[in-house]
Amino acid sequence: MVAGLLSALEIEERPAPVASAQAPLLSVEDLRVEFHTGRGVVRAVDGVSWNVYPGETMAIVGESGCGKSVSALAVMGLLAKPAGRVSGGRIMFGDRDLTQLSTSQMRELRGRDIAMVFQEPMTSLNPVLSIGTQLAEPLRIHLGMTAQEARARSIELLGLVGIADAARRLDQYPHQFSGGMRQRVMIAIALTCNPKLIIADEPTTALDVTIQAQVLELMKELSQKLGIALVIITHNLGIVARYADRLTVMYAGRVVEEGTAEQLFARPRHPYTLGLLRSVPRLDQPRAGSLDTIDGLPPNLLAPPTGCRFADRCFLRAAVCETDPPLFDLANGQRSACHRHAELERTVAARPAAPLPEVVARKDEAPLLSVRSLRKDFHVPIGQGRDGLVRAVDDVSFDIPRGTTLGVVGESGCGKTTVGRMILKLTPQTSGEVVFEGTDIASASDDAMRKLRLRMQVVFQDPFSSLNPRMSIGDTLNEPQLVYRKVRNRREADEHSAELLRRVGLVPEMASRYPHQLSGGQRQRVGIARALAMQPSFIVCDEPVSALDVSVQAQIMNLLTDLQNSLGMTFLFIAHDLAVVRHISQRIVVMYLGRVVETADCDDLYREPLHPYTQALLDAAPVPDPKIERQRAARVLKGEPPSPLNPPSGCTYHTRCPRATSECAAIVPPLREVRPGHFAACIKI
Amino acid sequence: MLRYVVKRVALMIPMLFTVALLTFFLLRVIPGDIVEVKMRADGGNVSQEVIERERVRLGLDKPLVVQFGDWMKGIVTFNFGTSMWTGQPISREIGIRLGLSIQVAVMAAIIAVLIAVPLGTISALFRDSWIDYLVRIVTIAGLAVPSFWLGMLIILGLLTLFNWSPPVTYTPFLTDPIANLSQLIWPALAVGYRYAAVVARMLRSSVLEALQEDYIRTARAKGVFERLVIVRHTLPNALLPAITVIGLEFAFLMGGLVVTEQVFNLNGIGRLFVEAVTRNDFTLIQTLVMMIAVMFAVVNLIVDLLYGVLDPRVTNK
Repeated sequence: MVAGLLSALEIEERPAPVASAQAPLLSVEDLRVEFHTGRGVVRAVDGVSWNVYPGETMAIVGESGCGKSVSALAVMGLLAKPAGRVSGGRIMFGDRDLTQLSTSQMRELRGRDIAMVFQEPMTSLNPVLSIGTQLAEPLRIHLGMTAQEARARSIELLGLVGIADAARRLDQYPHQFSGGMRQRVMIAIALTCNPKLIIADEPTTALDVTIQAQVLELMKELSQKLGIALVIITHNLGIVARYADRLTVMYAGRVVEEGTAEQLFARPRHPYTLGLLRSVPRLDQPRAGSLDTIDGLPPNLLAPPTGCRFADRCFLRAAVCETDPPLFDLANGQRSACHRHAELERTVAARPAAPLPEVVARKDEAPLLSVRSLRKDFHVPIGQGRDGLVRAVDDVSFDIPRGTTLGVVGESGCGKTTVGRMILKLTPQTSGEVVFEGTDIASASDDAMRKLRLRMQVVFQDPFSSLNPRMSIGDTLNEPQLVYRKVRNRREADEHSAELLRRVGLVPEMASRYPHQLSGGQRQRVGIARALAMQPSFIVCDEPVSALDVSVQAQIMNLLTDLQNSLGMTFLFIAHDLAVVRHISQRIVVMYLGRVVETADCDDLYREPLHPYTQALLDAAPVPDPKIERQRAARVLKGEPPSPLNPPSGCTYHTRCPRATSECAAIVPPLREVRPGHFAACIKI
Repeated sequence: MLRYVVKRVALMIPMLFTVALLTFFLLRVIPGDIVEVKMRADGGNVSQEVIERERVRLGLDKPLVVQFGDWMKGIVTFNFGTSMWTGQPISREIGIRLGLSIQVAVMAAIIAVLIAVPLGTISALFRDSWIDYLVRIVTIAGLAVPSFWLGMLIILGLLTLFNWSPPVTYTPFLTDPIANLSQLIWPALAVGYRYAAVVARMLRSSVLEALQEDYIRTARAKGVFERLVIVRHTLPNALLPAITVIGLEFAFLMGGLVVTEQVFNLNGIGRLFVEAVTRNDFTLIQTLVMMIAVMFAVVNLIVDLLYGVLDPRVTNK
C-alpha cells in the first residue's frame, strides 16, 4: 500500500540507511540550554552531544525532567521564550548551525526539513480548525501549493497514514478523531513536506497498547520507506527495543550512555541505564517478588550536585564519583559516563532476583469481595438533544479472596474504571450485586455505607489532580481520620499521619508540605497513605502507576506489594499495562467493551492466553529486548475499539478479531471454563 | 440547529415567567403607589375619594392575582397596556427610545471590539514589556473611570478645544446620519471605553492561555508564519471566552446607561427606567424589566450560537 501511494506522492525513495559511515544529518554538539526562573537559572541541558545519521532511528531515553524534550525543542528553535535559551554549543544540520539562524530562517526550516510529532495527540491539534486546514498549512507555506493541490496531497497523506475515507475526514475537526487517529494525523502533518528528520516526543505515551503498536509500526515503516531519520524521545525503554537503531540515555541534563540498541539492552554500561531496564516488569521473564528500583529522585537542576550527578542514587557509588565523569569511549563503540563502567557487569551478575512471595488464597474462606452480573448503563448526549445508551459495564462477575490482588486489564473505555467506582459505590450500578465482607453495598443504607467506606479505599491514577492543592499533606491525611472519628483529637491524628508517611516511605516532615512541592511519585505515596489512614481491608488501585516514570513506578509497585504482605491487604488493581498487572496480581480479568473476555490465574493467563484479544494485547506489549522484538513479526491488531454507543453485534471483538467468522457476529459468547479455573468468552476455543 | 434554537427559546419561558413574578410582587411590596406619588406630589390636599377613584381607574384596586393575570395576558398578546403616569401606550413610550438606546449600545460594542481585540492581543503578545504595562494601565483606567465622568470630560473637551458641543436633539440615523452620529458617537465612546477595557482584559488572559496550548507549538513546529499563528491559531480560540463578556456587557447597556444618558441629555431607555421607578409607574417598570430580561436571554442565545460557529466541538459533538 505504501509503495503505491509513494509513487502517487512522487516522493523519491531514498536508499536504506548505512549508519555512521556517512556524515551525521543532525549533530548536537555540547548543547546547553538555560531556563531563567524566579528561583534561579535551571540548566536543563548541560553539555549534551548526540548525532542522527540519515535514515536511522535514534532514541533519546530518560526520566521526566532529564532534558530530553528540551534538547529536541532547542533543535526546533521552539524553546519557551523568553525564559528558555540556548546558552552554548552548536546544532549542526548539514553545514548550518541552527543556533545561529534568524527566526525567519528557522521558520522556513521547521516543518520542511525537520518536523515534530508531540506527545499529546488530544491537545496538539487546533480544536477550531479542520484537519484539512491544518494539513494544508505546511504544504501551502513551504511548497507554495494552491488550495486544490494542497487538498489533493492532504488526501494522499491521510491515506498514507492509514486513515480511511480521507476526503471526508479532511473536513472534520480534531474532536471527531480518536487519540490514535489524531496521532496519525500528526504524523501526516510531519510528513507533508517529506522532511529529512522527524522528532517524535513521547509519540505513544498517551495511547493504548494496541494503538501504540500501530503508531510505532507506522512511523517505522514510513521512515524506512521515505528515508526519513527518526528521533524518538521516550521514558519507556520497552517501546524502543523494536524500533531504535541507536540509543542515547540522558540523566539530569547530561548524556550518560550511548550505543546501539543491541549493546545497551544486552550490556548496559551505566548504572542508570541498567536501573531503567530493571525497573520495568517484563513479560518475557519470570515474575519476581519485587522490582529493582532506582532509589531516590533526580537532582534539582537549580543546584546540581558536583561530580557524577547519578551518584546519590547509584549502588556502585565510590570515592571516584566525586569527580565529574567524562563520556568514556568503550572498545565496542559504546560510550558511558560512569567511572566504574568496567565493574558494572560483575556487580550485576551477583545480584539475585527477589523471591516471589507466597500468596495463597484461602479457599475455604468466603471471598472478601464478590461481584455478580454487574452492569452499568450511561445515558450520554449524542447531539440535537438526544441521548444515547452506553453499556459501560455488562455482566461482570468475579471474586477477590482476602489478601490477594485481582488485576483488571483492558484498553481505555473498556469499563475497568467504572467497575472500580461501582464497587466503591461512587457510581451507582444499573444492576447486579457487589457483596463486600458479606454486605450487599447496593442495599446498604447511607449509614452502613459510611462504615463500609472505612474498610474500602481507593488510590487514583493522577497523583497531580487527586490531592487538594490547598491542603497540606498532613491535613489531607488527618481529614478522614477526624471525619470518621478514628482519632480523638488533632494531635493523635498528626501522630497517626506521621506513622502513615513512614509506612509509605516518606519522612514525617512531609506533613507540612503542599502537593505542588512533591514529585509525582511522592504524591502517589501520599495517595496511598491517605487510603491506608482508614486501616481498610481493601483498596481499589485505579491505574496507580501509569502517570509515573518507570523507576518511580517500580518503587510504588514494591510499596503496594509490601503493604499486601505486611498488612494482608486486598487489592483490585486496574491498569492497562499487562506487565505491571502481571507483576502484582494473583488473578486477572481482561475486559473489552464492558465485558469480561477472559479470566484466569495470573500465571495461567500469561502462559496460555486463550482469548484472541488477550493474545493481541500480549503481542502488542513491548519487551525491552531488541533480539526478541526483532524476531517477532509485526502482529499489529487492526482497527480501534468500536464506539460503545454502537457496539458490534454478537461478540463485540469480532470486528477486530483475526479468527472471527460470521458466527461471531451472531452469538454473544458466554464466559466458559476452558481449562480448570481459566475462563474465556470466545466460541472459537 | 433549528431544534436547538427552539429548545433554547422554550427554556426562556419559565425563566421569563419567574422574572415577571418576582418583579410584579416585589414592586407591590414597596409601600406607596403611583396614585399617591401623583396626587400628593406637591403636598396637595386631595380627598381620599379622588384617590380611590384614580386607583379604580388604573385597576390598582383589583386583587393582586387578577392584576398579575391581566398583565400576563397582555404580555403574551404583546399588548403591554398604557403607562400609569403618562397614559401613553407603553409600546410607544419604549419604542421612541429603544432605537436610540440600541444604536448607542451597538456603537459602543463596535468601538469596544475595535479597541479591545488589538489591545488585548498585543498586550498578551508583549507580556510584561512596556507595551503590556501601558495597555494594562489604560484598561485599568477604563474600569476605574465612570462613563458619565468621562462623558463630561468629552463634552468639556469639545467645548474648550473646538468651541463645539454635540447636538441635544435626537435625529434618527436614517433621517440625517451625520447629525445622528455627531450626537451619539460621544456617549458611545464614553461607554465604549469601559466596555473595551473589560473585553481587552479578558482577551489578554485568554490569548495568554491559548498561547500556552500544545496546538500553538504544533503550528510553530510546522513552520507557520508567526502572524498566522496568532490570527489563525490563537485568536479564534482566545475569542471564545471574550465573546461571552461582549454579549453580557451589551445586554447591560440596554437600560444600564442611566447617568451617561443624563450627561449627554439623551432620552433613552435608561432615563425612562429611572423616571418610571421614581413615579412608581408599575406597568412601565414591569414591562421594562421584562424587555431587559428578554434582551439578556436573546443575547445569551446569540453568544451560544456564535460559539457553535466558532467552535466545532459545540456544534457536532
